[in-house]
Amino acid sequence: MSSKKATGQSDNSKAGVSRRGFIRGIGVGGSAVGSGILEAVAEGAPASSGVAGPGAVPITLQVNGKPVKLSLEPRVTLLDALRDHLNMTGTKRACDRGTCGACTVIMAGKVVYACSILAIDAQGKPIETIEGLSTETTLHPVQAAFVNNDGLQCGFCTPGFVMAVKGFLDKHPNPSYEQVKKGLGGNICRCGAYVGIRRAALEAAKMMKGAKHA
Amino acid sequence: MPDYHWPPMAKRRVLGKDTRRIDGPVKASGRAKYAYDVKHPGMLFAAVLTSPYAHARLKSLDTSEAQKMEGVTAVEVTSPPGTEIQWAGTEIAYVAATSESVARDAIRKIKVEYEPLPHVVNEEDLSKVGRNTKPAGERVKGDPDKAFREADVISEGIYGVPVITHCPLETHGAVIRWQNDRIEYFPSTQGVTDITNELARTLQVPATNIHTHQDHIGGAFGSKFSVDRWGIAAARLSKASGGRAARVFLDRRTDQEIAGNRPSGFAKIRVAARKDGALIGWESQSWGTSGIGGGGVAAVQLPYVFRNIPNQRVNHTGVVTNTGAARAWRAPNHPQLSFLTMAALDDVAAKLRMDPLEFFARNADLTDRPEVYRAQMQKAAEMIEWKKHWHPRGQSGSGPIKRGLGIGFGTWGGLGHDSTCMARIHPDGAVEVEICSQDLGTGTRTVIAMVAAETLGLNVNQVQVKIGDSSYPPSGASGGSTTVGGVSVSTRKATMNALQKLFDAVAPSLGVPAEQLEAVAGKIQVKGNAAKSLPWKAACAKLGVKTISETGENVPKTSVAEKLISQGVGGVQIADVFVDVETGVVKLNRIAAVQDCGLIINPKTAESQIYGAIIMSVCSALFEERVMDPTTGRFLNANMEFYKLAGINDIGEILVHLDITPENDSRGVIGLGEPPVVPTIGAISNAVANAIGVRVPMVPITPRRVLAALEGRNA
Repeated sequence: MSSKKATGQSDNSKAGVSRRGFIRGIGVGGSAVGSGILEAVAEGAPASSGVAGPGAVPITLQVNGKPVKLSLEPRVTLLDALRDHLNMTGTKRACDRGTCGACTVIMAGKVVYACSILAIDAQGKPIETIEGLSTETTLHPVQAAFVNNDGLQCGFCTPGFVMAVKGFLDKHPNPSYEQVKKGLGGNICRCGAYVGIRRAALEAAKMMKGAKHA
Repeated sequence: MPDYHWPPMAKRRVLGKDTRRIDGPVKASGRAKYAYDVKHPGMLFAAVLTSPYAHARLKSLDTSEAQKMEGVTAVEVTSPPGTEIQWAGTEIAYVAATSESVARDAIRKIKVEYEPLPHVVNEEDLSKVGRNTKPAGERVKGDPDKAFREADVISEGIYGVPVITHCPLETHGAVIRWQNDRIEYFPSTQGVTDITNELARTLQVPATNIHTHQDHIGGAFGSKFSVDRWGIAAARLSKASGGRAARVFLDRRTDQEIAGNRPSGFAKIRVAARKDGALIGWESQSWGTSGIGGGGVAAVQLPYVFRNIPNQRVNHTGVVTNTGAARAWRAPNHPQLSFLTMAALDDVAAKLRMDPLEFFARNADLTDRPEVYRAQMQKAAEMIEWKKHWHPRGQSGSGPIKRGLGIGFGTWGGLGHDSTCMARIHPDGAVEVEICSQDLGTGTRTVIAMVAAETLGLNVNQVQVKIGDSSYPPSGASGGSTTVGGVSVSTRKATMNALQKLFDAVAPSLGVPAEQLEAVAGKIQVKGNAAKSLPWKAACAKLGVKTISETGENVPKTSVAEKLISQGVGGVQIADVFVDVETGVVKLNRIAAVQDCGLIINPKTAESQIYGAIIMSVCSALFEERVMDPTTGRFLNANMEFYKLAGINDIGEILVHLDITPENDSRGVIGLGEPPVVPTIGAISNAVANAIGVRVPMVPITPRRVLAALEGRNA
């Protein structure tokens, strides 16, 4: 009897490692934006065994189809290189820690956070920024869809979000609503323009179909 | 005097029509320049050294090594030795240098000695704050003791909402060039007119010597009215560096720590009701913090919305904490008060086993607008299919995923502020409208263009809107949902006045007195007779070489009398949530919002305000919270990776109904930026209680708190 009870208890305690108990134990927070897009960072291993810096070194970046030569300290991020050295301020700095996505650019076809990549590691890879997406007079379909659907308020997250949508649609040209909601989880909008952004992503997908837009 | 009234709804060509925001393209293309993006030739970058201690005396400070560094041009000490630091993140010294990296390197060379002092940084548990309390007094109405003696049902609970931050994506800061006695100022601000005068007063520079300019602002939510210490530091660094422009923008950590937050509100609440559901008594003992000033939520306004409960006892205690100071936060106090009240009332309804919809309708007479709230509840209930999905609290089936519905209420003012507009009509037909206002992302530019276009019979793209520059006529700061009322009236009056001048110039050619002219669809014509008309350009050509330049002013009192604007709106929201009782995760499924309003100028951007406001409060209900470490006194999640905000997949589906009716329209324009942020937290909290059968007393409703509530523990 007593041994049976003891067995029962030990079974219970095993079963007691429930999801509830586990999550309570580690104190997991809400489900809000979490997953970063940092995988590209790991690829940027040094090309040679030579040590660069700490002073400025020559760096060449491929930005929007054009090579640009810069002299930068190795510690300068791609984001700061774009903003402070190329005056391309469409790419925004907001968290500077690879979370909010305001600095999203597309590098070698992948959506990345420019704040989390060193400029020196971005060499040799084509980089698309918001400035390369439109001309003075013509908006890219993704941008037009943001305007049509009021997918923006203060606008500070907008260029990053536009690039995230562009990169997302490059990979998923015909997305479902569910895919849109999951696929754009790497960007934060504090004004809460998400409803318009969801609509914009779906409309842009339609606009781009057949158009074969860059 | 011209007739400034808004045209009748049926005759409007522009107002009330969904209009794409006119600065949408410049923002979506990344060409929009924020103060954060301003770059002057030779501009200096600043970095700031901040205190790691929440409470300390600064014993010594040595900036000499930093000053000597190559590239450093100036050091501005803001906390000299002897200063008593009252919160972590307090600025000690700012350094200006030729690059941001150099400025940051220089900060590391500054030597500081602190004498740490005891601190209090948490206020949730009053028994642990020692003597850091400031009793704020008590208010009694009726005979609460009698009400509680005679009540059929008494419900009691403790509820709370912690401090949250504004967390605008563009942090706080400015670029300033102070050369000789002239200042060029590029702030990130909610009030271009006011901040210019504040800078003049603070620096003792004539306002005429200051030129302030702001095209766009990357979020503010109530936290960017003032020049602030960093603005002054930028000015002094510029001056000390021979007039080179200096840029000070806080980094994310510092911004979270010191650039504003929303006061917390905790309350022990007792509610007395009769069997039939009538509310007869309210007692609340609340506390909270606004930082070193004590403060906390303005509990004097409890109970919220249902404020005419006959018998009340309300008292409050401010808690002094060594934390960054609170600032106005979208609808100051209202979201917290709404949550505290609606949660407590919903708990009474549950105890009475009443359908909350019935319970709140039963008590709507205790609000200032019973009919509005009853109608809104009915509409929201239809939208969310209340009858189909509601069940008594906790009766949500046997599976691990529980569904629940909950209601929240809100109210707000929204009266237009003082505003002056200058409208110009040029002989070539070009129209420009100037106001020293600002567009926080609410769509102010577009509203101004729409009002001007409606008045002048033009299209929106024929009006050039100029805002955000101190050389334009003064306009109020954007706070309290006052902007749309202010700028719409000043624009209406200025363009109407200018149009009268144009009529005077055109009347002889059309052979009628000026009073018989109207501007319709790109023409100036004899009223009701399109055959007798001149196209806009031809009409303007009659001006010869003279430009018409007329002002118009919004004086709130006058405009209310003229029925151009008014104030006072209600709003009801119903949330529909799923709660996983195994993991504690709450998922917002849908939320329905019915929003009272006045004349809606642009439904498209008005709806965006409602979506955005709800999403902000979803963050507060489910995700965001300032976490202070009692040991170190630091703000542990002063960043964006652990300071949780909702992402695009966390907001469910938001259903919006704007109450656009002739009756509401006749009230004139009323601000809308704040009211919809108010009811959401209460609605979500009530929905969670309905789903799982117990109240999760504190927000944000994290998995940990859900699981603790299910197990009957506090969390």
